[in-house]
Amino acid sequence: MNSIPAATKPAKLPASIVEGADARTRPADIAIAFDHVDVELGGRRIIDDLTLDIAAGEFVCVVGPSGSGKTTALRLIAGLVKPSRGTVLFRGRPLEGSSRDIAVVFQDYSKALLPWRTAAQNVSLALEARNLPAKERPVLIAELLAKVGLQDHAGKYPAEMSGGMQQRLQIARCLAQKPAVLLMDEPFGALDAMTRQSLQDEILEIVRSSGASVFFVTHDLEEAIYLGDRIIGLRSNPGRIGATFQVDLPRPRDQLSTREQPEFLRLRRELFDFIKDAEHERGR
Amino acid sequence: MSAAANRSVTNRASGLVVPLVLIVVGEAAFRAGYLQGDVLAAPSRIFLAFIAALRDGTLLAATKDTMITTFGGLALGGLIGLALGVMLGSFARLDRLLAVPIEIARPIPSVALVPIAMVVAGFGYSMEIAIVGFAAAWPVLITTRSAIAEIEPRLIEVARVLRLGWIATIFKILLPASLPRIFVGFRLAAGIALIVSVTVEIAANPIGLGHAIMMAQQSLQPALMLAMLVWIGVVGFAMNGVLIFLQQRLFGRAALAGDPP
Repeated sequence: MNSIPAATKPAKLPASIVEGADARTRPADIAIAFDHVDVELGGRRIIDDLTLDIAAGEFVCVVGPSGSGKTTALRLIAGLVKPSRGTVLFRGRPLEGSSRDIAVVFQDYSKALLPWRTAAQNVSLALEARNLPAKERPVLIAELLAKVGLQDHAGKYPAEMSGGMQQRLQIARCLAQKPAVLLMDEPFGALDAMTRQSLQDEILEIVRSSGASVFFVTHDLEEAIYLGDRIIGLRSNPGRIGATFQVDLPRPRDQLSTREQPEFLRLRRELFDFIKDAEHERGR
Repeated sequence: MSAAANRSVTNRASGLVVPLVLIVVGEAAFRAGYLQGDVLAAPSRIFLAFIAALRDGTLLAATKDTMITTFGGLALGGLIGLALGVMLGSFARLDRLLAVPIEIARPIPSVALVPIAMVVAGFGYSMEIAIVGFAAAWPVLITTRSAIAEIEPRLIEVARVLRLGWIATIFKILLPASLPRIFVGFRLAAGIALIVSVTVEIAANPIGLGHAIMMAQQSLQPALMLAMLVWIGVVGFAMNGVLIFLQQRLFGRAALAGDPP
């Protein structure tokens, strides 16, 4: 329904978008665009004048102290929160609610999976939502489970799986949507270090082969550098962009050598300084 | 495994000790002449009356009538309670709008509807089913409403993000997530349905086990009356047993996996 050919010109745009159009000379390459977005909830401004473009295929990581609106920004793209002012555009068109081309990996995998469905049936949910005929599902489900390394656990229920497996399962369900944009809200925050590293590498490989854009919220600054093409640093009260960091590290990335590169260490220092300052400002 | 099975058999058998002792003591009291009268009968007489009623078909016919109205009413009330509960649990505004009418209708004793139901439907199955349905709807409505309202919000967001339609959301997310709790309400409703069914038969409707008790009483057959009474208890016990068995078969896993806290 939302798969508009990339070349199609947006049918109708609010006046404000047309004015700002110079910033997006080639809208076909822009997957997600925030255009002067404010979010107010209960009289409190959560996000203030957010303008940000995410290119097709770009891996954007978002860091910032709590209360900086990281998750709210993600929920705007997911269609779970509406802007109080401004527009969020997907492929040049204002978002109306959620889109099946945008998938969300929630942090609390155990709550986001259906406990009464097996792994295969959980993946099937996304295919059912796409109205895919029942006889076409099993092959796809097997492929998707294999992609996240769960091929031997198709019949298991989420409660019988480890945290890492459950999060892999949620990722498989998101991939079943064939998303153009993957939203991830601290997806590995609750996992142990080893599992986290292997999932980081798996997600990089999945993103590389699918060409999806990623909006990745994290607390872990090194994770942001390791994964991202660009890092957006948010400040709080109200949430707004404080700094942007370009990550010029070669791909494919490697858990050991990438993390040893001078560029990685330089970014790490910059990000830590930024976060320290943002936390300090928040405390005032 | 087999030791555990043995233990559960012994446990279940131990539940029969008290009834058996009561039967023996009752029988002895009658034989010794301590007990007699028009309202009581010796266990052996009750058993003979039960066999007689079983053989002449009156017991089974009455049981059939009561079961039709009990399960008919349970189905009717269960469906209404389920549908209303899903709607009220999903839409807080509708819930507030209907809160007062519902709280006024709920305390009405279902038997108080007998006069109206008789005017509308006369005697027979349909008026009794309507009254049983009224009584059975409440527990299902209440448990469904709270079960739906307390579903993990993340699951609703998953449905929204996947753009499941509202019918698919109800059948793929809301109902499966709340079914274990709804079934508890359904079991409560089943017990109530049997009680109301027999009550309506005693009060007005000339069918079923309730009516059979009245007839036995009026024709001065205490043994038959008490046989019917014990039989109703056995029927209720069996119904609950079947429902608990179904609950464990259907929701054993879902109950274990834990619907949201």
